[in-house]
Amino acid sequence: MAEVEVKDSGKGGKKGQQKKMKIHVDFTPMVDMNMLLITFFMFCTTLSKPQTMEISMPTNDKVPEEEQNKVKESEAITILLGDNDRVFYYLGQPKYEDYTSLVESSYGADGLRALLLERNKTVVNKVKDLKERKKRKEIDEVAYDSLVSEAKKTKGSPVVMIKAKLADENGKNGASYRNLIDALDEMIICDIGRYAIVDMTEGDLFLMENYEKKGALSDQIDTALKN
Amino acid sequence: MAKVKVKKKSTLIDMTAMSDVTVLLLTFFMLTSTFVQKEPVQVSTPSSVSEIKIPEINVLQVLVEPSGKIFISLDKQEDRVNVLNAMSSMYGVKFTPEQINKFRLANSFGVPIKQMPGFLDLKSDIQDQTLKNYGIPCDSTNNEFKEWVRAARKTNPDLKIAIKADQSTPYDKIKNVMSSLQDIKENRYNLLTSLKSLPAEEENN
Repeated sequence: MAEVEVKDSGKGGKKGQQKKMKIHVDFTPMVDMNMLLITFFMFCTTLSKPQTMEISMPTNDKVPEEEQNKVKESEAITILLGDNDRVFYYLGQPKYEDYTSLVESSYGADGLRALLLERNKTVVNKVKDLKERKKRKEIDEVAYDSLVSEAKKTKGSPVVMIKAKLADENGKNGASYRNLIDALDEMIICDIGRYAIVDMTEGDLFLMENYEKKGALSDQIDTALKN
Repeated sequence: MAKVKVKKKSTLIDMTAMSDVTVLLLTFFMLTSTFVQKEPVQVSTPSSVSEIKIPEINVLQVLVEPSGKIFISLDKQEDRVNVLNAMSSMYGVKFTPEQINKFRLANSFGVPIKQMPGFLDLKSDIQDQTLKNYGIPCDSTNNEFKEWVRAARKTNPDLKIAIKADQSTPYDKIKNVMSSLQDIKENRYNLLTSLKSLPAEEENN
């Protein structure tokens, strides 16, 4: 493959002059091999590393009533993840007799996010400010992280309860894993510091059903209460 | 008739530059990419804005496929052997050295412990084909998943638990896994997601 071309310098060449050598190495097989290797790497490896979302769940240990943290009614937001990618929320205590207390929302930018950004304005602004300062190199990464987590503890910031609907007996009409991640995602975007994944109660199911039927079930409560 | 004379031209192309480029590309791929892990089922994870990267070692990955079957993968071979031994003494299932060796080389596992010896006796290509039909039992009557995780935590306290689930998995199945982890006091874990960029108004600011 490697060709060495010897050029005759002719008759007039001086004695003792070095012969000029021209060396050609054919790189075609080398390129072939490299291409094969590249193809192999492209098919058998991934460039993207998976992202993770860190969550911590409460322990199962029973906490005595007095030691439990009570959530202020004005701060509480409950998000209900329904079937077919639908999502509802209510503020504060559930009002079972009033079906309009439950609001249907969406996972899009003008749904939950708009609500949470509005409710969590002070924290969002604080975090924005900190981000700006980090960009200007006024604070470093470590200070930024601690300041952000401090800002998230601001009093009056909303506490969000995420309740996902379980499937019925046929294994249908439940919330999916993506719904849960989407909801958790909104927590990150809106800088919500305090949120929890809670089991859905009968009352929540009733709220959703009542919403579906436009308050037709409200009468049942009255009769149930009277009995 | 005058013959058209075809000039003889040398067709040698200098491939050196081409070779340079390919070597560069190859180096890039070798340095930046990681090998695809063999998984019993392909799942597509939901996307999120979270930017935390998963650590490369000491990860216990729980794979949940859409119908709720659970598979576990451990990245260290010695951990796998220790966990299998712990499980074998707990459930009274004996393994031969060959079976243990096969288990050590398998990337992920997800077979009920009673069927494990028979499964490990199969040829590895049949194993790959049939693994997706099994899954680790994780219900209230027979929760082997809990025991696997507990055993893994005992052998390697630095383990991080990562849940990788398909986005269409019903919430029930995820809740099952989460409450099993809660039962054994594993309260901090990761949910694997794929990257989605931050919403526009956040990036502009």
